[in-house]
Amino acid sequence: MNTQNKNGEVRIGFYICHCGMNIAGVVDCPSVAQYIAKLPGVVVSRDYKYMCSDPGQELIRQDIREHKLNRVVVASCSPSLHEHTFRNAVESGGLNPFYFQMVNIREHDSWVHTDRAQATAKARALARAAISRVRFHRALETTRAPINPDVLVVGGGISGIHAATTMANAGKKVFLVEREPSIGGQMAKFDKTFPTLDCAACILTPKMSAVRSHKNITLWTYSEVVKVEGYVGNYTVTVKRKPRYVNEDLCVGCLECIQACVFKEPKFADEFNMGLSKRKPIYIPFTQAVPPVVVIDPERCLQVRTGKCKKTCLEACADRQAIDFTQKEELVEIKVGNIIIATGFKLFDAKRIPQYGYGLYPNVITAIELERFVTSSGPTGGEIVMRDGHHPKSVGFILCVGSRDMKTNRWCSRTCCMHSMKLAQLVREHTDADVTVFYMDIRAPGKGYEEFYDKSLKEGIQFVRGRVAEVTDWAMAPEEEGKLVIRVEDTLAGFVRRVPVDMIVLATGMEPQADSQEVRRLFNMSCGSEGWFLEKHPKLAPVSTFTDGVFIAGCCQGPKDIPDSIAQAGAAAAEAMALIDKGYIEQEPNTAYIVEADCSGCKSCIPLCPYTAISLDDATQKAKINEALCKGCGTCVAACPSGSIRQNLFEDEEIFSEIEGVLSYV
Amino acid sequence: MSDPNWQPRIVAFFCNWCTYTAADLAGVSRIKYASNACVIRLMCSGRVDPQFILDALAKGADGVLIGGCHPGDCHYGEGNYKTMRRFQMLRRLLRDMGIEDQRVRLEWISASEGERVKTVINDMVEQVRALGPLNLPQHRAEWDGEMTSSTEPAGQPAEQEAAHA
Amino acid sequence: MKDALKYSYFPGCSLKGLGRSYEQSLLPVMRRLGVELVELDDWNCCGATAYMSVDEAQACVLAARNLAIAEKTGPRDLVTPCSACYLVLNKTKHNMADFPEINQTVQHALKSADLTYSGKVPVRHPLDVLINDVGLDVIKEKVVRPLKGLKVAPYYGCQIVRPYATFDDAWNPTTMDRLLTTLGAEVVPYPLKTKCCGGSLTGTVPEAGLRLTYILLKEAVRRGADVIATVCPLCQFNLDGYHDQIDRRWGPARIPTVYFTQLMGLAFGMTPEELGLKSNFVSMKPLPAESTTV
Repeated sequence: MNTQNKNGEVRIGFYICHCGMNIAGVVDCPSVAQYIAKLPGVVVSRDYKYMCSDPGQELIRQDIREHKLNRVVVASCSPSLHEHTFRNAVESGGLNPFYFQMVNIREHDSWVHTDRAQATAKARALARAAISRVRFHRALETTRAPINPDVLVVGGGISGIHAATTMANAGKKVFLVEREPSIGGQMAKFDKTFPTLDCAACILTPKMSAVRSHKNITLWTYSEVVKVEGYVGNYTVTVKRKPRYVNEDLCVGCLECIQACVFKEPKFADEFNMGLSKRKPIYIPFTQAVPPVVVIDPERCLQVRTGKCKKTCLEACADRQAIDFTQKEELVEIKVGNIIIATGFKLFDAKRIPQYGYGLYPNVITAIELERFVTSSGPTGGEIVMRDGHHPKSVGFILCVGSRDMKTNRWCSRTCCMHSMKLAQLVREHTDADVTVFYMDIRAPGKGYEEFYDKSLKEGIQFVRGRVAEVTDWAMAPEEEGKLVIRVEDTLAGFVRRVPVDMIVLATGMEPQADSQEVRRLFNMSCGSEGWFLEKHPKLAPVSTFTDGVFIAGCCQGPKDIPDSIAQAGAAAAEAMALIDKGYIEQEPNTAYIVEADCSGCKSCIPLCPYTAISLDDATQKAKINEALCKGCGTCVAACPSGSIRQNLFEDEEIFSEIEGVLSYV
Repeated sequence: MSDPNWQPRIVAFFCNWCTYTAADLAGVSRIKYASNACVIRLMCSGRVDPQFILDALAKGADGVLIGGCHPGDCHYGEGNYKTMRRFQMLRRLLRDMGIEDQRVRLEWISASEGERVKTVINDMVEQVRALGPLNLPQHRAEWDGEMTSSTEPAGQPAEQEAAHA
Repeated sequence: MKDALKYSYFPGCSLKGLGRSYEQSLLPVMRRLGVELVELDDWNCCGATAYMSVDEAQACVLAARNLAIAEKTGPRDLVTPCSACYLVLNKTKHNMADFPEINQTVQHALKSADLTYSGKVPVRHPLDVLINDVGLDVIKEKVVRPLKGLKVAPYYGCQIVRPYATFDDAWNPTTMDRLLTTLGAEVVPYPLKTKCCGGSLTGTVPEAGLRLTYILLKEAVRRGADVIATVCPLCQFNLDGYHDQIDRRWGPARIPTVYFTQLMGLAFGMTPEELGLKSNFVSMKPLPAESTTV
């Protein structure tokens, strides 16, 4: 075979990595190296234990110098892990990094096949394909595009707040978009946080105020992202700002309008208090809301719905004139370089497990509802009461409701054991009731968490290991009359128990938000099989996504507690800032280009490009490509009837040679 | 030519963002499947030129598998829709050539569907195995031979150009 | 539209034996509603839960013979009132579709009787037919003597909603509740509506079986029901036939248990004698403000 191509004589260095036993345990690496050594153009062919290590990379650099290599092929793991590493090694050896090709014989071979002979044969075929291909590689340069230093954070819970303030403190301009009328997320509903029993509001509200007063943060609540265009460093985002019918700049949060509302009594379920109390059509989500501005519910307000109302609210606000019924929905366009998604979670609907009686028995409540009872600023002023107003004398906590369950959700929601124990302790503190926790396993992995479990035991909270079968209200014995009976197999004691209690608290699990599929499409992300946003790598890149410039943080990536959410938010902020501070992004040079001489101006390619990177040059009447816009998908390349569009790094001749290489090995 | 050692050979074109990543995930999860498919990595299934498929078959592949993102999820927005259209047209051509549907497949596999990589490859290998080798290179050699032998004077009966099964 | 209400009918052994008042009340009620039930020719025992526990493939052969006969008779749905028959026949259909080995065994056996099975005949419960095919409006029209003042605890038992919850919810079914309300009765909230009655354990392991029966009776009494309405002959038998033993072991919990079809019959103006209400151990009291001969 001809070892010359138009670039002169080809001198290929081939390296096959053992990866310890990961590859060598299944693939006969030395024999592959020996086989490749015999192929024309191959000057050096080695097998080595760990190619990605320093000595491994040094091997490449040395060989480039000593053997005057002008092509390098490494057969090891997936290019998604180390293509970059080896390209850098090649570059530091003095060779253009795009003369490098990687062969995946680990994720695609040694890890998925068991027959040694077959796996080795496949490794040979794949390696040979790369050898054939690499001779057609050309020297390429990465291009740089500027990065817009502004950042968008979507979601104003604890994760979004932390990410926004971190970046704002570093001098970056941040847009924080939140769809509820106030930031604070789920954490704003908690009374105390585990394991320190810190007051949640006390630690959250300072951060919320910081967001409001920070000169670098533009806070848009009651708003949603509706369109995202562009790519890393250059996103154009359209935000829909829903009308509050209240001017944010003028309202001071005095709440007189609420007092004056024509609805004398609150009538509508208060979302913040999980429906445990009522609100009027004009309301403020909660006292420490940020922004501290009222909002008018368009579906409940008489004026908005019918136009016929006395508008006593307007009168009450006569001097500030903050209420404005002429407000309309607004679409605003912003330009940012990076996006951090921190949209959080939703709770499992306990009605999906009818055996636990939620919705049927009034004294079966969920943990978040109990949080609202226990909070001193909640609907009962901190009193834990049953529906008839009495304090419970016995409370049962049922864990894993909608988690670790084949019929509903498979995953563990990670925080329920801890928050149930926290609530159990608070119940004991507030009411002195007997508390029993029904669990499958107690998960207390964080700092101070196991000690918190000990404290729960010391406080006399009973723990029964068993998955609750059902909650019933029919009594078998006098002490069960008028109570709710929990039927459970006590697996440690070895028999089925009936435990009568006054009140039952269900630890409902976390789920992805209802609109997570629409949201992920909006930002060009994927979801995992369970519905959480998909991270780039579960171990090494938990806050990045496959789309550069889009990061995820907090529970939208998977269930986690507050410390982990904040850690991820900080991590996402750091990743974004790393990009911004670098000042440019390097674009992989896999863009398409046009060989003008061959182009006939048929215009088949122009409508195909999703980035509108191809246009017709009026002067030459041939297609031309804007390299800055091209993202390298190759769709136009495959479509061009004359083959005049080519793709760097994925030339036709490169692919054809790979096909040949894969098949010519017999 | 029933070679008992014959193994189906499948060339797979996987898009980088979804299917290639799913195959990586299958690897990380140590999911085991048939070794008959070799993967060629492309950035998008939209890059798959029908010529690649025909070339692979012509060079001896018994089957070709194209893997891309689910419709609506293409990393580049719409590349996989183009693939779908091209595939439909190529399918007609392949049928006219007598190449069975099961030999050339288009599958949507998302980045988290490692298990699906196994089921698709295993299923395809078995189907192609049942169909037997395609062996286009050998047929082409035969057809070439027929061309040289049929450079005879005009007036030969038309039956000379026998139908190729 | 009336012509469409013609079904094949599989009574099962119980409805010809101990549970004959079920059939006695079902057939005339259906006739009044314009529903024709054509009894399957030469049907055999379905095997109930007993045979399924011994040999699943052979049990399917036994049950499938009836399905094959139903197929031969015509493209009509097969209605079966007994809960065990309903479950076994449906289970057989599922097994035939999901397990090729069972399918093979059954088809092979059926061939020797010149029968085939194609799975086209659906197996349906009378409640399903009444609510979905006949409709509550039509039923309401036929009510001449509303069951006003009668408090009924609707008891479905376990087999018609588990494991196949095709026409109603597995945990909280409401078809019979709605039917009883249409008849004018007051439906008592009864959370044990799908809790097991003890089944055949009442005979084999009475301490366990009878206890389950007792729980059902006690709760119905506690909730103020006058009568329990049931869909299954074994449930009816358990709830009706063991009061002496239950009295001795745990205490009295007397409440009559009848078939829902008997209540329908009463609402349609039929007499207790016609409906077989005389054969109960615990008699149902006469309906309030009505002088029916008891």
